[in-house]
Amino acid sequence: MKNKEAVIIGAGPAGLKAAKQLLEAGAHVTIIDRNKKLGGQLVKQTHKFFGSEKQYASFRGIDILEILVQGLKPFEDRLEILNETSVVGLYKDKVVACVKHDNFFKIKAKSIIMATGASEKHLPFENNDLPGIYAAGAVQTLMNEYGVKPGDKVLMVGSGNIGLIVSYQLLQAGVDVVALVEAAPQISGYLVHASKIKRLGVDILMQTSIKRAIGKDQVEQVEIWELDEVWQGIPGTERVLGVDTVCISVGLAPLTELLMQIGADVEYIRELGGNVPRIDFRYETSIKGVYACGDVVGIEEASSAMVEGAMAGIHAAHDLGYTVEDESRKLKVLQEELKFLRSGPHAAKVRAGYTKLEVKT
Amino acid sequence: MIEKDGVAPLEMVMKEFPDDKEVLINPKAIIECYKEIPCNPCETSCPFDAIHVGEDINARPKIDFDKCTGCGICVYNCPGLAISVRQLQGDKAILKIPYEFVPRPEKGSLVNVVNRNGDVITEGSVKRVQEGKNQKQTCLLHVEIHRDFIYDAITIEVPRGS
Repeated sequence: MKNKEAVIIGAGPAGLKAAKQLLEAGAHVTIIDRNKKLGGQLVKQTHKFFGSEKQYASFRGIDILEILVQGLKPFEDRLEILNETSVVGLYKDKVVACVKHDNFFKIKAKSIIMATGASEKHLPFENNDLPGIYAAGAVQTLMNEYGVKPGDKVLMVGSGNIGLIVSYQLLQAGVDVVALVEAAPQISGYLVHASKIKRLGVDILMQTSIKRAIGKDQVEQVEIWELDEVWQGIPGTERVLGVDTVCISVGLAPLTELLMQIGADVEYIRELGGNVPRIDFRYETSIKGVYACGDVVGIEEASSAMVEGAMAGIHAAHDLGYTVEDESRKLKVLQEELKFLRSGPHAAKVRAGYTKLEVKT
Repeated sequence: MIEKDGVAPLEMVMKEFPDDKEVLINPKAIIECYKEIPCNPCETSCPFDAIHVGEDINARPKIDFDKCTGCGICVYNCPGLAISVRQLQGDKAILKIPYEFVPRPEKGSLVNVVNRNGDVITEGSVKRVQEGKNQKQTCLLHVEIHRDFIYDAITIEVPRGS
């Protein structure tokens, strides 16, 4: 079993930012990611980012990925990348069990940064396993990463930013988005994203959901219906739409399984997307030397994930005994960035979630 | 209602225009960012210091029409595609809108112009397709329409399900 210094699990925006801080401080870093290409979800994010210049606002996700990866280049001699590698086990003595191309191996880490991100939630409805029903992020991967058109006519379910953005990207790919339905009474993502698809002719329907998918071997039609105040379908309001694809975009859940396996304290916080690790202000979990950042500690935008990653990286480097240049000022600046990213009306849920988490810590 | 369908009603839109319509004899950026989101590239990209967001990047941008030259740099940089440049020229109006579809319409071609609801309201003529220097993939379409549509027009129709 090989000994490693800092092991980062997940090479998305949080993981890559943590890596940069650790490498700058002088640490040896191992990044593990199950995909071939680094970047997590950035690989398919062809839209321009929000935020401020510090989080590369107005750059596209795919271009931010290049900036983040280039930022690691000067430190290649201390950086090991284990791509196409899945972490299948994580133990209290910081042993990380990995599988790469059917080869099983273990490494032992001095510190671990969990930046595993999140997975998409599904929705229960009749025939929800028919071919043609996708998570919206999966459709984004098919289109933007692999250049595969998912279908010709789409129903989008969910009006969060992912649903709105993927609808726009489907239109860009020449796919007809027949309608976007949302169970809540108001659009949940940024209104600018909603306006972008509405003016291109996408029907946006509030308090409406999918009742069932119809089709023999694949989706041929969907039945949608209106919902009442307590989110129950209203009989008699059913409408049938001809679509061959349904995109489900109803939220994300933090990928906390490995943290549970290692025995870190985990809480269910609805506002943060599900089970999240209890972390302190230094992004350290209840297990010393194990840090967590990005969507795994609560569902937010990639801009917040980058800031959290940088902070987790600085604290991990400090705890490994490295001197982080200008540490307290850097952390203060990052704190300030995060404060502003979380201070708008769209971040109310996230703020409530972290308040709950802090109360219990 | 904008929170339900993404469509800003006209009275909301009008508030983002200069009070005096004659100001639009020169091109001006019209910012349609109706809800606070953490974002400020409009402010940081403006070479003329005409857009103010401030330290709290959730604040809605404010534009100073005296300083705005209608250059269109903020239009390229707005991640929400929420800015357009509008100018009155006699009985015509020129719109500079962000466009992220391919193929680009050809210069001189006639296009269907839509309102915020996605309805075709008039025909426009493409005067210029201006590709960005720093903002690849987003271009600025210069579309000429009748001046009557200066408030209602928002973008051009794109083919559906091609």
